Amino acid sequence: MGDSQRRSDAGFRAKNLAWMQASIGLIGFAAVLELAPQLGLVSPRYLPPFSVIAAALANELQQANFWAALAFTMRSWAIGLTISVLAGASLGILIGSSAWLQAVTRSTIEFLRPIPSVALIPVAILLFGTTLQSNLVLVIYASFWQVLVQVLSGVQDVDPVARETAQSYRFGHWALIRHVIWPTTLPYLMTGIRLAASVALILAITAELTIGTPGLGRELSLAQSGGAVAVMYAYLIVMGLIGVLVNVAARGLERSIMPWHPSLRSEQPV
Amino acid sequence: MKGGQTLRQAGLALGLPAALLATWWIASSGSANFYFPPLQTIAQTFVEVWVSPRLLDDVVPSLARLAAGYFGAVVLGLLIGIPIGLSRALRNTLEPVLEFLRAIPPPALVPILILFAGIGDTMKTLVIVSGCIWPVLLNTVEGVRGRDEVLEDVTRCYRIRGFARLWHFVIPSASPQMFTGLRQALSIGIILMVISEMFAASNGLGFAIIQFERSFAVAEMWTGIIMLGLIGIGLAQVFRLVERRMLAWYHGLRQSQRAGG
Repeated sequence: MGDSQRRSDAGFRAKNLAWMQASIGLIGFAAVLELAPQLGLVSPRYLPPFSVIAAALANELQQANFWAALAFTMRSWAIGLTISVLAGASLGILIGSSAWLQAVTRSTIEFLRPIPSVALIPVAILLFGTTLQSNLVLVIYASFWQVLVQVLSGVQDVDPVARETAQSYRFGHWALIRHVIWPTTLPYLMTGIRLAASVALILAITAELTIGTPGLGRELSLAQSGGAVAVMYAYLIVMGLIGVLVNVAARGLERSIMPWHPSLRSEQPV
Repeated sequence: MKGGQTLRQAGLALGLPAALLATWWIASSGSANFYFPPLQTIAQTFVEVWVSPRLLDDVVPSLARLAAGYFGAVVLGLLIGIPIGLSRALRNTLEPVLEFLRAIPPPALVPILILFAGIGDTMKTLVIVSGCIWPVLLNTVEGVRGRDEVLEDVTRCYRIRGFARLWHFVIPSASPQMFTGLRQALSIGIILMVISEMFAASNGLGFAIIQFERSFAVAEMWTGIIMLGLIGIGLAQVFRLVERRMLAWYHGLRQSQRAGG
């Protein structure tokens, strides 16, 4: 008992140390951002001191159009991600559960996946202009493949013995999917969702920057054309924070849906 | 028998793409829709547009900037990532900052980098570096951190230190994960290559495509998109060949482990 007590003490201390180091890192980062322009290492016209950026950010937070832009970006993110996850998961399971479909579609998937989604920007501009649909075209094309590819490798990972056992017990098609394929695929699907969630955010903001759909990305390029450098950095910070939140939320979802899964899978099996 | 099998495989691989292309060809053949010209027109325009000096004027500069930015990011990512992976204190200190920097969408850095580097090749290369470095860096950190503990003890017992330890133990054991990062970085690099040219450029693929779109040269625009797709696919293929060569030992190991287990 004394031993376990000591061990948890040590664990507690290690955790404390990690927290301390993390805060040192963050404070140091802010200090560098503050001091580099103050000391003249970088021109404050290009990189304003951190305090100036923070003030600009605080000011933005009081503007109605900031919140409207944020809402627009997050809406296209959420809609696009939902559509790609539903489409990717159902198509992945459908294709994965038949060897023939897998063989037929493999080359097409390999061919379409590396096409960069930004290639679709001009098509989106011509067809949809600066509307939500333009954002969705890019978001869905980019995040769909992340989900599909993960689900496909998940279905391939199904234990052949389990599959054959289910078949000898005359599991129907649906029962097979529900009780054998789905549990194996779920961890892969979650990895796919996590990857897709950050890709979707990147593409939503990219679309706003290049096409001019009314979200955070357009606010950034408006700040650029107005020469409001501190505001540009404020928007970068907001985008970074949203990105971190999306990652944390996706990991939390993973942990709460699959508490039974021993490890959080690495993103390796692509 | 063998010939029949190869034929069957070729049929499976080519069947669906051929069917899709044929559908596109037939469905668009009489198309009067301005935005979706007949595939036949696009194919003819493709030859006109890209089998020309434009290949040298637009595609080559794009690829050169991509190569410069990508390799710059790889070198930086490895140089910074290996020490971070080796030291727990360094990792704990830098992790939140790196997580934050990685989460910033790389295209959003374009306006900032224009401030620092203008709109020339330097800016475009920097944009590619700043986006590609994160997957390389973070995967290197993860790969180095996850090295085998038993082998670590072995190197210590044999007093393998310094460069020899790095070269014969740390880098090989991290390399599968490093390659995951290199692959992610490649697709990000292609995206950034296009984006940086859409903002401000006088040549390059992204510039050409946007130019076609602005002048409503729709067939030309489609050929640009197809060209971009072909480049994406080609680079992914090259990457796969390189990876298979350099990680042959690893794939062999996995296969024998699977067969044994």
